Amino acid sequence: MEKIIQGKAYVLGKNIDTDQIIPAEHLVYSLSNPEEVKLYGKYALSGVPPEQGGLPEGNVPFIEEGHFDSKYTIIIAGQNFGCGSSREHAPFALKVAGIKAIIAESYARIFYRNSVDGGFVIPYETSEHLNQMINTGDELKIDVALNTIENLTRKVTYTLNPLGDVFSIVEAGGIFAYARQENLMAQS
Amino acid sequence: MAQTITQKILSKAANRTFVDAGESVWLNVDILLTHDVCGPPTFDIFKEEFGSNAKVWDPKKIVVLPDHYIFTANEHAHRNIDLLRQFAKEQGLEHYYDVGGDRYKGVCHVALAEEGFNLPGTVLFGTDSHTCTSGAFGMFGTGIGNTDAAFILGTGKLWEKVPESMKFTFDDQMPEYLTAKDLILQILGDITTDGATYRAMEFDGEAIFSLPMEERMTLTNMAIEAGGMNGIIAADEVTERYVKARSNKPYELFRSDPDAKYHSTYRYDVRKLEPVVAQPHSPDNRATVRSVQGTKITKSYIGSCTGGKLTDFVMAAKILKGKKVSVTTNIVPATVKVALDLEHERYDGQTLKQIFEDAGCSIALPSCAACLGGPADTVGRSVDNDVVVSTTNRNFPGRMGSKHAGVYLASPLTAAASAITGKLTDPRDFL
Ligand code: SF4
Repeated sequence: MEKIIQGKAYVLGKNIDTDQIIPAEHLVYSLSNPEEVKLYGKYALSGVPPEQGGLPEGNVPFIEEGHFDSKYTIIIAGQNFGCGSSREHAPFALKVAGIKAIIAESYARIFYRNSVDGGFVIPYETSEHLNQMINTGDELKIDVALNTIENLTRKVTYTLNPLGDVFSIVEAGGIFAYARQENLMAQS
Repeated sequence: MAQTITQKILSKAANRTFVDAGESVWLNVDILLTHDVCGPPTFDIFKEEFGSNAKVWDPKKIVVLPDHYIFTANEHAHRNIDLLRQFAKEQGLEHYYDVGGDRYKGVCHVALAEEGFNLPGTVLFGTDSHTCTSGAFGMFGTGIGNTDAAFILGTGKLWEKVPESMKFTFDDQMPEYLTAKDLILQILGDITTDGATYRAMEFDGEAIFSLPMEERMTLTNMAIEAGGMNGIIAADEVTERYVKARSNKPYELFRSDPDAKYHSTYRYDVRKLEPVVAQPHSPDNRATVRSVQGTKITKSYIGSCTGGKLTDFVMAAKILKGKKVSVTTNIVPATVKVALDLEHERYDGQTLKQIFEDAGCSIALPSCAACLGGPADTVGRSVDNDVVVSTTNRNFPGRMGSKHAGVYLASPLTAAASAITGKLTDPRDFL
């Protein structure tokens, strides 16, 4: 697990559902064939209405024309990120697009579990309305040990909620790695 | 210590006598459900993690019901079915319901109930967010992702954080114009789409226990629309009768202790409620049908795990009998069983099928169909600026196809009444 996560912010509103993260018509690609996997990156966040993508201005493409990944590394969003269907393709698509961490005010349970157990992205929570304080394109730096996020562009630091119970799974890199480490899979 | 029904079921599955809300516990899983969209990637992860020759923990406890992309020419969709077939064969999964023959069932959550897999007191995980539907049977059911499902395939276990519970009590007798769909849309409007995140939604009260199983399933189905982990209704005689007719497996009845702790409680008098819709683009965007009456629609869609059960079609038929629809109206039975029932079940002397055909509806083959949009050739898929009144459970932008379409979620009564007039219409105008 990386101790420092640094990169550009992509800012979204609240209730970003899984149909916006990866629209259902794209769920047919293989998750293991490397050529098809790239398509998950290409279509990541393609269901977000354009004017709501890349706040505060909006109309900022997450993936540029002809690209398969994003120049952004950290998503900042409001409440209830990842609501909707149980598709694990959602955190997977974000990972393929190059996202390392999400900072939202709250998450839908299944999306949160998928992100943690699959080791795709780190779902941080914050009690502040960071999506109104950070602009798309700001350079951010997350310190995993300190639970802080620094906005290098604006020189402000915010605290993130500790990951709590799930930190050990995040740290191990997913539920399988964790289970091996703790010998939970021995009984199988 | 007093416990809610959800705590009691999870205690049992964790081999404990008490589990507290907020603690994470490892549960023994009774049934794992998967379908054509999430099955193949789950099997891939299983093999990657447990080895290419690994065997599942218990082939009798895995239920595979392809239902999402069935009647389409899309080749990726067909490949997914092939992958399910292959895995089922190699693992000896007796509960695999293949496409293209008599084993095919249809929408997984309804088929699970019909085939007797829903047993009070048990724990079900499924790779579909509406797995909470099964909570109507006094059991714990919740959705998970592929990684978690692969973990269960290999171990039969999964961790879960014991949820706090919210209690929703509906007093009095249901009036004819009101349905379970109106009740859940009412709740969603009150608590919003993240009002129950990480919690259990427990339904109680005279009105709830007067409902048939199918209607109870409509309530628990949409617990996830409020972010709920599970929806649950304690089993009663109605449940037991339904279960015993379909299964001879043992089950255990649980009830919440009277002094169990709740996160919050809500109380409604059903006589004071009205038919409601969820306006575009969120299931919590509630309005009474009366207040949006007259909004022009281009399509009416009656189908899905929420709104494509026999009871839904009986309600629709009540309104459509002897009438003509004025917009495209898709009737999409959730399962093959429901489709067959349309040919036999009668309302006022006519079969439901006759009623729908005479009214000018088109009846589709059973599957998820346009509930989630699906490939371009999917029946009922919304196009351009369609305005759809639909008995499904989600109306996020693009959910039923076109991103420019608007979807009004409604009861089968409201969807049928609106199909006739071509405008959103309160079903009381036709009852
Ligand atoms: S009918 Fe709709 S909500 Fe139900 S399982 Fe199918 S896609 Fe999901």
